[in-house]
Amino acid sequence: MFALGLIGLLVRRNLLFILMAIEVMLNAAGLAFVSAGARWGQADGQVMFLFILTVAAAEVAVGLALLLRLYHRFHSLDVDAASEMRG
Amino acid sequence: MFHLLWLVPTIPFAGAALLMIFGPRMAHRTAAFMGCCSIGISAVISMLIAWQFLHQPPAGGGYTQHLWTWMSVANFHLGISFYLDALSLIFMLVVTFVSFFIHVYSSEYMRGDEGFSRFFAYMNLFVASMIVLVLGSNLLLLYLGWEGVGACSYLLIGFWYTDPKNGLAAQKAFITTRVGDTAMAVGLYLLFQQLGTLNIQSLMQAAQHQWPQGSIYATAAGLLLLGGACGKSAQLPLQTWLPDAMAGPTPTSALIHAATMVTAGVYLIARTHVLFALSPTAQLAVAVVGAATLIAAGFAALVQDDIKRILAYSTVSQIGYMFLGLGVGAWTAAIFHFMTHAFFKALLFLASGMVITSMHHEQNIFKMGGLRKELPLAYWAFVIGGCSLAGLPLVTAGFYSKGLILWGALSSPVGSATLWFFGVIGVLMTSLYTFRLIFITFHGPCHHKPSQKTGWLMGVPVIVLMTLSVVGGFVELPSYLGNHPWFTNFLQSALPATAEGHAALSELGAEGIVVLAFFLGLGAAWFFFLQRRELSESMAESGLGRALHRWWYTDWGMDWLYDRLFVRPVGWFSRANKKDAVDLIYTGTAAVTRSGWSSLRLTETGRVRWYATALVVGTVIFVLIVALL
Repeated sequence: MFALGLIGLLVRRNLLFILMAIEVMLNAAGLAFVSAGARWGQADGQVMFLFILTVAAAEVAVGLALLLRLYHRFHSLDVDAASEMRG
Repeated sequence: MFHLLWLVPTIPFAGAALLMIFGPRMAHRTAAFMGCCSIGISAVISMLIAWQFLHQPPAGGGYTQHLWTWMSVANFHLGISFYLDALSLIFMLVVTFVSFFIHVYSSEYMRGDEGFSRFFAYMNLFVASMIVLVLGSNLLLLYLGWEGVGACSYLLIGFWYTDPKNGLAAQKAFITTRVGDTAMAVGLYLLFQQLGTLNIQSLMQAAQHQWPQGSIYATAAGLLLLGGACGKSAQLPLQTWLPDAMAGPTPTSALIHAATMVTAGVYLIARTHVLFALSPTAQLAVAVVGAATLIAAGFAALVQDDIKRILAYSTVSQIGYMFLGLGVGAWTAAIFHFMTHAFFKALLFLASGMVITSMHHEQNIFKMGGLRKELPLAYWAFVIGGCSLAGLPLVTAGFYSKGLILWGALSSPVGSATLWFFGVIGVLMTSLYTFRLIFITFHGPCHHKPSQKTGWLMGVPVIVLMTLSVVGGFVELPSYLGNHPWFTNFLQSALPATAEGHAALSELGAEGIVVLAFFLGLGAAWFFFLQRRELSESMAESGLGRALHRWWYTDWGMDWLYDRLFVRPVGWFSRANKKDAVDLIYTGTAAVTRSGWSSLRLTETGRVRWYATALVVGTVIFVLIVALL
């Protein structure tokens, strides 16, 4: 699941899909925590998932704001269109 | 009265500061009044102090005034403190008094000059520095004054800075003296490293206790200090700057480059006389430098045609006499000659300033002539000053002081007949070039009509100095004239007496030969430059005469030699090494960084997905490395 998310991140050019791929990766990490917690009978895994949930919510807020700005500026969601900051 | 000592340098310094800040907005009259007044007050205070010194000499012969601590690091303590003894008192008196008269003279001489207040500011600053030099109780304070007078000398030589020639002369003076100053600084390090103090009095005591007679350290320190003295006092081999220093205004030449600053070397050696007494080698070096300089400068003075350059070379030659006196242990004689020299040389320069002003800034003596009737005051000033310089027997100051030095050179155990002989040849040369100057300038046919008349502000200082050039010598009468060595007795608390050794001649007999040399020079000058002028001209025209003339005219080709020896190699090297080899380290570092940057900047594509990929690949590689190791 993490690998799916990663591949999505690398190959998609649409920013919305990239954000979704990041969500997938975060959820993969959360799932790993929960299942590891279930396996060893520890509550910590579920606590960690709650933290990840919070981080994901914050990340999406920032990411969607960035997405709106990008669309305003370039009239497209293609991230490669915003490759003006070359060295 | 002694507690007023700090005012003597402070008042001229305050005068300089005020003139620098408010000078440009001051009326010329105010600036001149302030400049003269500050020196005048300083001179009056010096006189009060001298009066008390004569009547109630301080215990131990010296009075120390500690003002505040300058620096205090570990066991290195230095104070801003002044030390007054007979030696520094003489210097202080001569400096303040001669300065005062020269300031009064300048207030007329510099009238209408654009930098009028600037001139007085520099002159006041010079006097303040010179007094700090003379009164400083430790060698570092002395060094501060030493550099201060050097800076003022630079500023005043280049006073008329719009002419690049003057700027070059100023730079030459500054750089040449810097060579000597470096030697002196090294000498100070050596003294501090060996003896652990820079306070002059404790330094001298420590040297006497710790170093044996002929100690290698005493020799090294003595020679290094001699190097500093040679630079400042324009002795061989660093004398080339002084004749060029005549580019400055004439009062400057009178004050700095004749009467006071250039004798700082003499003061330094007299102040540290214990070191030289400990080291016969260093002392002999002083005597040899003095004897060689007085002869070399005498010949150079003989062929110059610029009135101020003749006087400059004669200054070099007379300071050579003082060095000769110091070198043979005739300490008081050297200080005596310093005093009389300050009077008659200041007089000669001031009189030459009168001549130059009235000749519309013409300085070539061959374009003058017959000025005796037109400028009687300048003529008599030149006659009296010149006679004193050459040593007209019995009536002039220079005769007594020079006689004392020559007698010391012959009779002291350190002296020798050879040194004395050089001194006598010097007397002959002095008298020859002095009267050549007087005869060519003031006698003979008149080429130019002088124009301006000089006022009393210029006249009075000249008359005062004329008097001093005559009576200044009567403070010390030699044994054949009643034996009244008042001057020597006065200096006894600060300087040891001249040791008496055996002499090949009696004092009167030796003096007779000196007088003979004087009259021989006078007669030759009269014959060649007044009576049969064409004879001297034809001599100068002949092949040998022309070569000698050229050689001496360029001061024995010293400038040429230095040009080939130092200036050109350094110039060549700096041209060859335009891309400085040392810089390669820094430019190389910059070049490597730049190439690294230009290759790394290719990775900055601006594509977010590309960065993410690089991140992933990097993480994978990192994890692999960690896992595999």
